[in-house]
Amino acid sequence: MTTTPITEDSVNETETGNSSRKPRPGWGRIAAWAVMIIIMIATLFPFYWMLRTALSSNNALYSGASSWLPVDANLGGFARVFGMQTGEEAIAAGGAGQPVNFWRYLLNSVIVATLVTVGQVFFSACAAYAFSRLKWPGRNTVYGLFLAGLMVPTIFTFLPNFVLIKELGLIDTVFGIALPTMLMTPFAVFFLRQFFMNIPLELEEAALLDGSGKLGNFFRLILPMASAPIATISLLTYIGAWNDYFWPLMVSYSDNSRVLTVGLGVFRSQAPQMGPDWSGLMAATLVAALPMLILFALSAKRIVNSIGFSGIK
Amino acid sequence: MTSSEASTGRLARPGRNIGDLKLAMVMIAPALVGFLVFLLWPTLRGIWLSFTDFNLLTEPTFVGLNNYIRMFGDPVFWNAAWVTIQYVVINIGVQTVMALLIAVLMQRLTRSTFVRSIVLTPYLVSNVVAALIFMWILDTQLGVGNQILGWMGIDAIPFLSQESTVIPTIALINVWRHMGYTALLIFAGLQTIPETVYEAGRVDGASEWSMFWRITMPLLRPILALVLIMTVIGSFQVFDTVAVTTAGGPVNSSRVLQLYIYDMAFGRFQFGYASALSVALLIILLIITVIQYRMTRAGETDLN
Repeated sequence: MTTTPITEDSVNETETGNSSRKPRPGWGRIAAWAVMIIIMIATLFPFYWMLRTALSSNNALYSGASSWLPVDANLGGFARVFGMQTGEEAIAAGGAGQPVNFWRYLLNSVIVATLVTVGQVFFSACAAYAFSRLKWPGRNTVYGLFLAGLMVPTIFTFLPNFVLIKELGLIDTVFGIALPTMLMTPFAVFFLRQFFMNIPLELEEAALLDGSGKLGNFFRLILPMASAPIATISLLTYIGAWNDYFWPLMVSYSDNSRVLTVGLGVFRSQAPQMGPDWSGLMAATLVAALPMLILFALSAKRIVNSIGFSGIK
Repeated sequence: MTSSEASTGRLARPGRNIGDLKLAMVMIAPALVGFLVFLLWPTLRGIWLSFTDFNLLTEPTFVGLNNYIRMFGDPVFWNAAWVTIQYVVINIGVQTVMALLIAVLMQRLTRSTFVRSIVLTPYLVSNVVAALIFMWILDTQLGVGNQILGWMGIDAIPFLSQESTVIPTIALINVWRHMGYTALLIFAGLQTIPETVYEAGRVDGASEWSMFWRITMPLLRPILALVLIMTVIGSFQVFDTVAVTTAGGPVNSSRVLQLYIYDMAFGRFQFGYASALSVALLIILLIITVIQYRMTRAGETDLN
């Protein structure tokens, strides 16, 4: 599989070519917009419903199940999520009464996603440079081996990697969660190599003539010139690491290393006797989702345009 | 070193076939360690463990094909495989149709980043978040989904707690999360079809409907094939949504392969058998990739 789900600018290229087409008004176009708007509403409604429920109080949800607005609006759900209610208060409001420490989960998520992103992107960039701009015997063989790694679904490596992390004594640590993807992924190497290949060789040669070394070139020339794809893959890696559930679930046993996704699962399983604490659960869900939604709001254009194909003739 | 390069002005210097080996080794070292230790070694070790009775506590002993023989006679495994296939068929079927619809609508209506961003939004939250939101929306007593059904005079459906609806429901939850991403992939593919083809079609008086079937679909085929290969492989690895919503129930009706593997490893500590199940899944994925690649001729294009 030499294709990748991502390239920069693949959408932009043809944008101008198509904009000359005149919009043809008519019923067909109106109907098409109607369908599109319905799809957009269906896409966004669950987010609204999450917010609406998080701001409601549990006891009022029973009588106001079909109200479109928050019922008996308050921030109690958020208070339970951040452990700011006492056990009795929480139980009275329909919560589980057990303390959950979302601040800790939030911190763990930030640490894991940051370690994975910084490490993976930097080390993959180093390797991509060695694969694209340095000449050394065996280069293509080693690169081919890396590419073959794309064929192995990460999920297959989870069990043996768990055994390895256990042997390294890193179970239940944030470092243990981050380590397997901190050094490289075949995709990141492949992705960055493609961009490094496209940087004109002459620029590098000119820098070499000016007395710059190849290592210096990497930091002063290649990395800055590839800053756009590096930003793109960093964002995608961060979002992916933040949303990961299966692997952290294996490695975490306690609040020491639980990330938000795993913490959410714990929060959900602590359902109080009367039924789930929906208001608290939706507040927790919102807390887990919001950082990525904000990140997306800030970088939507880059992320949206990064989705496309490369490697297709 | 630098001076000799400067004098020739070339990056590749014939006559010194060692090239930049030293620097290359330094730069590649972390990634190579990552590759060998956390990708290649686990892959080989996973295959090796599938031939052992490893239980995480004692040293693994070789048991030959025992795990595989057990697997063939294990009804829960076959059920899990069947449930997973049902999930994939519903998930991919609905998702691909929806994504195509969205992509074609976007191509015809707008290139706005705003619209594309909205469509992509669900992809930005984790499976766990998507699962929890829909658990709430589909809750039998209080969920707004069942309230709406009530207004239409339909009795509340326990979507996630009855055997007949649990897999379709989980499949559709994941359609919600992934269809926007798939749509943007297809949308990018649509951009490779030259506008002149459509203009020619319009001159010939072709309707939008016939242009979709006679122009868009045939020219999109290679990209659609790649999208399918990618999404099917992803779909087979479903775990998060099931683990959060049903944990495999009711009975085993949503016990997908990954969940069975996880239970076997972390619930019963039968790492050897769990590894054999993982190898089975790996082989299934490889076979599907090859079949799809052959059938859809994903490597070729008709745009010549």
